Amino acid sequence: MSTSNAQLHSSKKAAQTRESVVIRFAGDSGDGIQLTGSQFTSASALHGNDTATFPDYPAEIRAPAGTLAGVSGFQLHFASRDIFTPGDRADVLVVMNPAALAANRKWLKPNGILIANRDAFSAKNLKMAGFTENPLDNESLSGYQLFVVDLARLTNDALSDMGLTAKEVERCKNYFALGLVFWLFDRPISVVEDDIKHKFAKKPQLKDANLRVFHAGWDYGENTELFSIRYTVPAADDIVPGKYRSISGNEATALGLIAAAHQSGRTLFYGSYPITPATDILHTLAAHKDFGVRCFQAEDEIAAICSAIGAAFGNQLATTGTSGPGVALKSEAIGLAVMTELPLVIVNVQRGGPSTGLPTKTEQADLFQAIFGRNGECPVPVIASRSPADAFECAYEACRVAMKYMTPVMLLTDGSIANGAEPWRIPDVKDLPEIKVEMLDSVEKLGGQPFEPYGRDPTTLARPWIQLGTKGLEHRIGGIEKWDKTGHISYDPANHHKMIKIRQAKVDGVAQDIGPSHLLGDDHGDVLVLAWGSTYGSCLTAVRELRAEGKSVSHLHLRWLNPLPADLEAILGRFRTVLIPEINNGQLLQVIRGKFAIDAKGYNRIAGQPLSVGEVKNAIVEHLAQ
Amino acid sequence: MTTNIPINTALKPKDFATDQEVRWCPGCGDYAILAAVQRALAKQGIEPHNIATVAGIGCSSRFPYYMNTYGFHSIHGRAPAIATGLKLARPDLQVWMATGDGDSLSIGGNHFIHLLRRNVDIKVLLFNNRIYGLTKGQYSPTSEFGKKTKSSPFGSVDNPFKPASLAVGAESTFLGRFIDVDAKTAADVLAAAGAHNGTAFVEIMQNCNIFNDGAWDHLSAKDVRAERTILLEHGKPMIFGEHRDKGIRLVGTKAQVVQIGENGITEADLWVHDAHDDDPAHAFILSRMEWPDFPVPVGVLRDVQRPVYDQLVQAQIVEVQAGKTPDLQALLDGRQTWTVA
Repeated sequence: MSTSNAQLHSSKKAAQTRESVVIRFAGDSGDGIQLTGSQFTSASALHGNDTATFPDYPAEIRAPAGTLAGVSGFQLHFASRDIFTPGDRADVLVVMNPAALAANRKWLKPNGILIANRDAFSAKNLKMAGFTENPLDNESLSGYQLFVVDLARLTNDALSDMGLTAKEVERCKNYFALGLVFWLFDRPISVVEDDIKHKFAKKPQLKDANLRVFHAGWDYGENTELFSIRYTVPAADDIVPGKYRSISGNEATALGLIAAAHQSGRTLFYGSYPITPATDILHTLAAHKDFGVRCFQAEDEIAAICSAIGAAFGNQLATTGTSGPGVALKSEAIGLAVMTELPLVIVNVQRGGPSTGLPTKTEQADLFQAIFGRNGECPVPVIASRSPADAFECAYEACRVAMKYMTPVMLLTDGSIANGAEPWRIPDVKDLPEIKVEMLDSVEKLGGQPFEPYGRDPTTLARPWIQLGTKGLEHRIGGIEKWDKTGHISYDPANHHKMIKIRQAKVDGVAQDIGPSHLLGDDHGDVLVLAWGSTYGSCLTAVRELRAEGKSVSHLHLRWLNPLPADLEAILGRFRTVLIPEINNGQLLQVIRGKFAIDAKGYNRIAGQPLSVGEVKNAIVEHLAQ
Repeated sequence: MTTNIPINTALKPKDFATDQEVRWCPGCGDYAILAAVQRALAKQGIEPHNIATVAGIGCSSRFPYYMNTYGFHSIHGRAPAIATGLKLARPDLQVWMATGDGDSLSIGGNHFIHLLRRNVDIKVLLFNNRIYGLTKGQYSPTSEFGKKTKSSPFGSVDNPFKPASLAVGAESTFLGRFIDVDAKTAADVLAAAGAHNGTAFVEIMQNCNIFNDGAWDHLSAKDVRAERTILLEHGKPMIFGEHRDKGIRLVGTKAQVVQIGENGITEADLWVHDAHDDDPAHAFILSRMEWPDFPVPVGVLRDVQRPVYDQLVQAQIVEVQAGKTPDLQALLDGRQTWTVA
């Protein structure tokens, strides 16, 4: 922030302190809603708040303007304490048109602040959104604090002397809204100023226009009579000290893969075919040729994973990323990687299914697919990240385990993790876990023993990773059953049985790498909330709040879904009820019931949306009461 | 062409043989192909540990087990994708791929065309026996129209692919073709394929003596081969026939069989083979030539240069990395950070 701006934009109006605020921006998918939301997030993070976001956007790139199908939303929770969810309902809703109001009104708390862009409430837009009369002019919104702003006109006025086209002016209006809410919530404006300067560095006229509109929005809040009060959310004081940045799940996944390659001395290979919501991993990795990343945009999902398998055979850290439909296509090749015992990481950014399902919405319904979804006895370790920032550690860990055990590993994230963002305490590179990769790269290393491509490390049961191009270590691998040790093809019945047991034991052995489970709350009691993946924030917050009320409930969040932690069975046995909330029809529930023969209970809502804290609390209370 | 691989002139075909029992049916055309490849590789001089052989599924795809190189017998149709990933990871290895008409033209058709389009430096040997052998005799995408098989008892109504036409359409930079029993042409084509920089596509007319015996007899039989095939040689007029008295003339976009010495036609009127012609139109005409209307072209039909995918990928990385040391901490830090004390 330049000094002059700091002085210029220092408010004279009173500010009320809030501990946390949930704000939701909504408009046409062409209105720049995601950009507006992410800039507000960056500013809040820099301000020292904890943040959690939930982008909620349609599958259509540009659905017809003004329609319900085209509404894009972005919800941000920012607070002066640590928070774990984007918030159940919004304190503030900013709507750019009637459709955005119609689609998002249900998320606004009673008496919440509603800021509406009047210019877009035309007869045509009202009709498209299903309104018979203008809600801004009748009593239907009286339950909210309604602020009506002529965004388009004000933007136009601010830019009238700049000689821009009507379309260029139209595209600036989201910055007016952003300026206004920056004023309203006392956000550091330098974040947006710097970003505009960076983004429009080569288009000085648009840079000036957007800066001017952003400042005009801020000034509007300060100078009109409309707003008498503003809010401030102080910096959080219970956040672990360290250096932070804001990161999305897909970005964190990509960085985790790069870091694992870097720390293991391997070259990263990423084979992928574009698919929502995983594509940003491809974008991020394609940009990092400086780290030597071999990023291969394949002709289809099958080629994406097969190219990675070829690269793994060629001794690179091979990875592939997709969503559930892509995993379905890759499943035969995953079996090949299991049979050839090559390290490989498969990222599944889960979305709503089945089939094409809800491409831009979130779901946890691919757990069965991850654990079981292949022909034959085909065990694969499965790890799931719980939040955007956690995806870094999970991706790193998936790579480490894949190379240590010579196995494909499935990493599960989901749409809300992938596109959601939160502050990430940036690890110091020297503190990252060691990844030691021992290649079999000379005949001398055999120490006089026979060369066995399917010989095994006694602890991990991993076969050697053989350096291709080594004289004397020529060998053949493939999808046909292997003779133990030699790796030659074999149809021998006893050998097949033995190899199945070995492959299973190897994957089960990954449990050695899973530390003791950490519970929130007591290690025994009425209810244990057992969960995985992106329900972390809701489950944790629900359990915290109920424990504050003295309820006997604890929370255990699984990172590894296959194998399960060795201490899990004992923990489950110390609770009267095990409750498993999931955004699926009860998949972990069936795994736990099947594995431990206990009468665990599920809470399942599969609506393409994250679970809310409120509903998880209700589900817990229901089981406490019994 | 795989650059910078050391050459050993003392290699013998047996250096490329494994201790594995070869399990093709006795009399299968694959034996001759295996022997031809082992001879060609010995002559080429790249040592076995600097070669990888990748295959899909099918009789032909057992090939890697019998080659003493690094080998990968993968899954049906996916060899081009696996080989592409391997070549990207290991440009220092020469990569060969063995596949069949079902493997590459049916289940793996997509990967096959994209391999050719990208021009990855991989040598592709397509064993075309015009039948599904491993599943015991169903018609394949190259089986002739009307073919009666177990899955087409009333005759196939599928129009077959001409593999070479498909390859030209997919932007292939190299087209070679030989009959399994023709060791001389095999040696020439395999040597040219090995030397080609980019994807070298070789169609091998291979006999399946169990499920489609004699599929190529009309071309391969010694007494008819000279009349029904034409060996293409770069820079030479297209002449064929037992008495080398017939030729191919190009009239507009049409090839024509002509009798040399009749109607005033001399060798000077014949189409001169230009394997290095960038324009694929002539290669496409050659790819359509089938007996009985034409002799079937064998040898090197096309051999042109185009930037090679794996080399472009490496070059881009070298260019981006020039003068830079990757700083992981800086990457993790990103553009905007803040510190909580």
